[in-house]
Amino acid sequence: MNLFKLVSDLEQADPEFLDRINPRRRVFKYLGNAGQKVTAAAVPAILASFFNRAYGQTTLPSDVQKVLTLALQLEYLEFHFYNTALGVSGLIPGSETDGVTTIRNDEAGHINALRGVLGSSAPSYLVTDFDYSGGGGTGTGPMATALVPNGAGNANGALFFAAGQAFSDVGQRAYKGGAPTLNTTATKDILEAALNIHSVEARHNSHFRTVRRAIAANALGSATAAATAPYDNAPKSWINLVDNGGPTAPSSSNPKPAAAVYNAGNPATSYPADSNVTQATVDLTTINPAYTAAAVSEAFDEPLDPNTVQTIALNFTSTAGKAKGLFQQTF
Amino acid sequence: MSHNLSTGSQPQAAGPDQPLYTPIKRRSFFMYAGATAGATALLLAGCSDDDDNNPSLLDVGSGDGGILNYAYALEQLEAAFYAQVRTSAYYNAAGTPAAIKQVFDDLALHEAIHRDFLKRALTDNNITPLKDLRTDFSGIDFASLNGILTAARTFEDTGVAAYNGAGRYLTNNTFLGLAGKIVSVEARHAALIRDMITYNSFVSSDVVNTFSPNLPANTTTAYTGDGTPSLTPAGSNGNPVAGAERSKKPQEILRSVNNFLASDSKLSANSFS
Repeated sequence: MNLFKLVSDLEQADPEFLDRINPRRRVFKYLGNAGQKVTAAAVPAILASFFNRAYGQTTLPSDVQKVLTLALQLEYLEFHFYNTALGVSGLIPGSETDGVTTIRNDEAGHINALRGVLGSSAPSYLVTDFDYSGGGGTGTGPMATALVPNGAGNANGALFFAAGQAFSDVGQRAYKGGAPTLNTTATKDILEAALNIHSVEARHNSHFRTVRRAIAANALGSATAAATAPYDNAPKSWINLVDNGGPTAPSSSNPKPAAAVYNAGNPATSYPADSNVTQATVDLTTINPAYTAAAVSEAFDEPLDPNTVQTIALNFTSTAGKAKGLFQQTF
Repeated sequence: MSHNLSTGSQPQAAGPDQPLYTPIKRRSFFMYAGATAGATALLLAGCSDDDDNNPSLLDVGSGDGGILNYAYALEQLEAAFYAQVRTSAYYNAAGTPAAIKQVFDDLALHEAIHRDFLKRALTDNNITPLKDLRTDFSGIDFASLNGILTAARTFEDTGVAAYNGAGRYLTNNTFLGLAGKIVSVEARHAALIRDMITYNSFVSSDVVNTFSPNLPANTTTAYTGDGTPSLTPAGSNGNPVAGAERSKKPQEILRSVNNFLASDSKLSANSFS
């Protein structure tokens, strides 16, 4: 057996091979220590270990597994919402059907990917596990008309797109909050995959905001309708401060149900509100008079901690979902 | 061994950050060397490939500092672009809609803030920032909205793919967190610019591995995925993760970015292959 030729050939056939078996440090640890005792008889075992590391299933660290499980649950929350909406006649304006379909399909892809890494033990959820009224199982929450064509506050799907904005902002903040947990030597590929999902959530969110501007301006299908301060109902494609508490719902008791989506998490020093202007201890409004608090806040999105994410998401969880433990992991 | 393991006079990470990743051939070399002695021929073979070291390029450096300088370079480029947009014939024409000018005003501010923040973060961490880069925007049509949007799309999509591909090289989670705060804003930019060019193109297959699921026929069956899911990035040619961005490695990004940099400001990232 020519180990070197084999590795070389694998590298030719699969340029990622050396990445799969992990960076230099681990190879050193593995071979550097064991190498002293390598005998011809041991080589096949070492190779088997290499291949297992490169291509096989490995047990995920529990904190990584929890972060990915929360991500999967959030993907199901979004997927079923968009998938349901696409099946409701008269809800989504014709100009927006392609965009919502794209977003629904992306979420299905994310479910695919996350289930792929979590393995067969990954949970799955039905649409009945969610309460899209935001009532936490009552079905009568502030967003109750979001899936009702021309329901209160929902002309042209305004409330549906408002909810989509809130969901995808929770998603991007949650992935951002989870990324450091995924940044281990053994899970770099998972980290990169999560980052690649994270930016797609942000693209979705930008689009939802663009649609909401167009709805507010009665200019469906236009990407260039004007944003209108204070940006809660005709938002920019980025988050301005806390967007004045986010979209307004047709509910006298809870007119700003998405406020927590833009507020600080816990601890607030690590998970500040989206109005934050201090990055790496530098107050960026002090480095140039043109850098207003609004502009600085727009230039950075903030992460959210998993417990706050779950608290928000539990409002959209039905009794059936709660019974399955949905959004109730211990972090 | 002909490899230039240092990057000469280019900025290097200072402090405790050590390069975790090195060119792939060098890793092969260590691997072979660690595995056994006596495979001299193959050992040499492991070093035989030329790498991308080109003395006429500025290297971003290694380790976390190298990635921060790489990001700083991209933000310099974007900030310079939008600054020029705001002085362009299109932007200053009488009929240009206020809502479009507002978008460019916002983008110019965001990118300038990113640039200045990264420079500050570099110096605060005792890492020498790259010099002020000189740009070459001679290929961009600043007189038309379409010309500006087309270039903006390139810059924004490139930024997203670059940050996503660079995250894995960061060892300091504070830096990773900061990159995450910036990249989602770049993705917001990219999505809007794309929608302005072609509505509903905020996610397209050139930047995202778009996916068509086979969904259950009824709502009582859970969707548990279909096809062959993968979480393994596929190197420089995109990412097979369904519904996910196609991240790119620094060297691939820079081959594209260098088209917009003047001859004394073209970049390499030899430590991140």
